[in-house]
Amino acid sequence: MSNTDLKVKVWRGAEQGEFVEYLVPRNSNQTVLDVVTYIQRKLDPTLSYRFACRVGMCGSCAMTVNGVARWTCRTHVSQIVEGDSLEIAPLNNLPVIKDLATDMREFFNKWKGAVGFFKGNQSRHDDFAKVEPQSEERQLANAGIECIGCGVCYASCEVVEARPNYLGPAALNRAWTLTNDIRDVQQLERLRAVAGDAGCHACHTQGSCTERCPKAIEPTASIAGLKKLVARAAVKGSKWGKL
Amino acid sequence: MSAAVMQAKLWYAQRISAMILGICVAIHLVIIFYAIRGGLTAQEILGRTQGNLTFAFFYETFVLACFVHAPIGVANILQETLPKSGIAKPASWLLAISILTLGTTAVIGVYSGGAL
Amino acid sequence: MSSRPRIDYRAKSHLSYFAYACHRFSGLLLACFLPLHFLMLSQSLRGAAGFESALGLTDIWVFKFGEWALVILLAIHLAGGVRLLMIEFGPWRGLRKGWIQVSILFAIACGLLFLYFAN
Repeated sequence: MSNTDLKVKVWRGAEQGEFVEYLVPRNSNQTVLDVVTYIQRKLDPTLSYRFACRVGMCGSCAMTVNGVARWTCRTHVSQIVEGDSLEIAPLNNLPVIKDLATDMREFFNKWKGAVGFFKGNQSRHDDFAKVEPQSEERQLANAGIECIGCGVCYASCEVVEARPNYLGPAALNRAWTLTNDIRDVQQLERLRAVAGDAGCHACHTQGSCTERCPKAIEPTASIAGLKKLVARAAVKGSKWGKL
Repeated sequence: MSAAVMQAKLWYAQRISAMILGICVAIHLVIIFYAIRGGLTAQEILGRTQGNLTFAFFYETFVLACFVHAPIGVANILQETLPKSGIAKPASWLLAISILTLGTTAVIGVYSGGAL
Repeated sequence: MSSRPRIDYRAKSHLSYFAYACHRFSGLLLACFLPLHFLMLSQSLRGAAGFESALGLTDIWVFKFGEWALVILLAIHLAGGVRLLMIEFGPWRGLRKGWIQVSILFAIACGLLFLYFAN
């Protein structure tokens, strides 16, 4: 491990701006978040960025590092440094507020757009819903529910870039988990929401979402499930009605 | 029908035609390798296809599957690379019509061998 | 002052994206080729002699190279397509990366077979 400084290019500005280079001392076990923090505390206090837990649980620190969307707190510099250079930019596909902070409203609005929220018809006066943990639906739902909405998959998806209305892997993954929630009562609306150009059928199985998800969730699988379900619902009808 | 249902049906049609094409293309590749040995002449081709109803049905199925499959694919590509040009729909319709007409003409051609 | 960076080749440098790119590229070229292919085959309406003279066009080396390239593109598109059908309709077994490697070998094999069988 060398003792030369890291040459770190950081995006400064908003939609228009430039990469500014900073020299950051190298340390062992240094993460990219450590680097960004060092720049902001010691070199340039005007740098804006987001983080919270800094231990790989919240997803707030997601940025584009050397062209790839990652959690900066979980990315060791030694893993991704190119010689002694690093490039840090905001997440792709989201508007830039300032420097490394993006506006995530469209990301979360698309969750709503995909009916990525739960609605049941039971109250506290009813008995507990009985969900069989080994049932196929519950296992399918479990595969996707660990998503914390970090935006890495959304930022990695070329279809999101090419089709501004595309709901994106995270929203569709969440919709799929809810499609498999037997307590939910909005299934037909959800199917309608994820059909169409902006929905699951626009996915080209590029697989970047599955490749980059820091929680090893596979949105490609969820979207494949939705594709089949929606196609069948459009042609034959589903157990909740016809599209 | 709504745009959403239309998109779902197009996706379904493209995948079903893909399954048919998977079989057709595999058979076609085998035929290609068989046919090109020692050169390819019109006489050889027509010798196999002229008056052969099986080949005619096979190739017309092939043409119909291409007619469904290729334009939908091209429409997606154009919609994503040139979204504001509005060229996706007309271009894919043009491709669809040319595949259907030229393809069926070709099938009639090799079946009849010019003896129409 | 420049525009903010966008997704570039670094984000796309993984096997599954490569498979998508090959599938899209081969599909587009095949779609462009198809009408020409049918046009050539429909020359058979002119009878064996007329068909033969039309086929003579393909003796030019550019066409010979094109035929070889198209067989490879067809193999790529077929193998990639089967992979997609497995991902979308089959049991989920990940992005089927083993299948991508098989596809590449299949395409190479078809290319070689074509060269072997062609005169």
